[in-house]
Amino acid sequence: MIDIISTLDFTPFLLSFKLAAVTTLILFVICLPLSWYLANTKSKIKPYLETITALPLVLPPSVLGFYILIALSSNSILGNFLDEVFDIQLAFTFSGLVVASVFYSLPFMVQPLQNGFESLNKHMIEASYIAGKSTVVTIFKVALPNIKPALLTALIITFAHTIGEFGVVLMVGGSIEGQTKVASIAIYELSESMDYTNAHIYSAFMLLISFVVLLSVYMFNAKEKRKLFGINK
Amino acid sequence: MIDLHIQKILDGAKQTMNMDINLHINKGEFIVISGDSGSGKTTFLRCLAGLEQFSGYVKVSNTIWQDKNTILKIQKRNIGFVFQEESLFLNMTVLDNLLFVNNNKEFALKLLDIVNMTRLQNSMPSNLSGGQKQRISICRALMKKPDILLLDEPFSALDETVKIKLYKELLDFHNKFNLTTIMVSHDINEIYTLCSRHIEIQNAKVKKDENINDFINNKIANNNLEFKAKIIKLVNNEKYKIAIVNINNSFLNIKLHTNKNYEIGEYINIRSDKLSIC
Repeated sequence: MIDIISTLDFTPFLLSFKLAAVTTLILFVICLPLSWYLANTKSKIKPYLETITALPLVLPPSVLGFYILIALSSNSILGNFLDEVFDIQLAFTFSGLVVASVFYSLPFMVQPLQNGFESLNKHMIEASYIAGKSTVVTIFKVALPNIKPALLTALIITFAHTIGEFGVVLMVGGSIEGQTKVASIAIYELSESMDYTNAHIYSAFMLLISFVVLLSVYMFNAKEKRKLFGINK
Repeated sequence: MIDLHIQKILDGAKQTMNMDINLHINKGEFIVISGDSGSGKTTFLRCLAGLEQFSGYVKVSNTIWQDKNTILKIQKRNIGFVFQEESLFLNMTVLDNLLFVNNNKEFALKLLDIVNMTRLQNSMPSNLSGGQKQRISICRALMKKPDILLLDEPFSALDETVKIKLYKELLDFHNKFNLTTIMVSHDINEIYTLCSRHIEIQNAKVKKDENINDFINNKIANNNLEFKAKIIKLVNNEKYKIAIVNINNSFLNIKLHTNKNYEIGEYINIRSDKLSIC
């Protein structure tokens, strides 16, 4: 068993973690102002924005992957523009995977953050404004520390969901060794080639990581709720 | 010191109201605003603070807070605000709640000392009682050294003993820091104890604006006792209606003379000269 593990290629896992880390970071930067806006706006465009951000939840990954692939290919206006002006090719590259993952995991970052902001005591936020603090200071010093469970849920679920991507990754990235062949694709290929031993090890590793990550989130959230709201049970 | 004209359309539970309030408030006044629920008292306070949009103007001393061309940001208005509901920053200790507004530890400890809360400076808000939370809210509102202190029914959820202590502390703060204080309250005791001027708002308009001495003298001149009573039960007789009411946990049968439709749970004012006990 130790021999098998020592000969195991961990590159797909490292690639998955790298993809998940970069995607989570980018999504946090994009979604923080977006979810704050959605939580506080009374604008008529709110339901449209909410629908667009939730689309990846219901669209088959192949549909999303197909459109992203078309948009990023050098035949499209966007792909051609990026290729001609910046010499960037996104289809079947790691950068392309990041772009696809950002779209695919968008709701997993937006929705917990938006729900967290909406659940905040409105007077607490107003008290911060009255204290002379800007919106940015209010978000970082008052809002985010008071929605730690939602914040952690958003970060971890986005990270975990990106690691678990398959359809979109396959459509946009293919399976290029060391570039786009992430863990989920590697397991699929091992299974296809009937290498069940390695497929088992890869899958068990993914299962263990997912379990530990989710357990940490739930335990942390329970602790934070007790701390913030003084719940004893 | 404050000149204001606030106009706003309010969507009330029962009807739409046009708020139209025109006031001149002198520096150092302690004003209590009373009125029925939904009459626009809280909205008035929030408009003054910049938390709600309205048309009209607010001028404080020589600074325009709002007119046709200008809206001064909430952050730039030198006010303190105490909310009816809890508004302390739950992620910060008592002391940090105060220092978040103004990083002057000496002043923060001085305020905590006045309200006997020094020993709880490192406690989290979730471990405080209702009265302690409101004390800290008042201290936090004062950390900005505001010219105007706005309070929205700050004591409504507290018991009488705590209220009386807080009245004294609030009056001390009002005098010590030369504040102009505007407080919304339903409580007649708060009106008598605290304010120098009483404004009653009805349907989002000023119904009464009187000096507190005149207010008390009017009450004395009436020479009648007035009770606030809650309707517990309504009985329809062929000739008249009877309401069973609760006055401070004493129950009375009242014969109702008017044709108004009363509802169970509704509060009514009963004057001793109009009272018929069945």
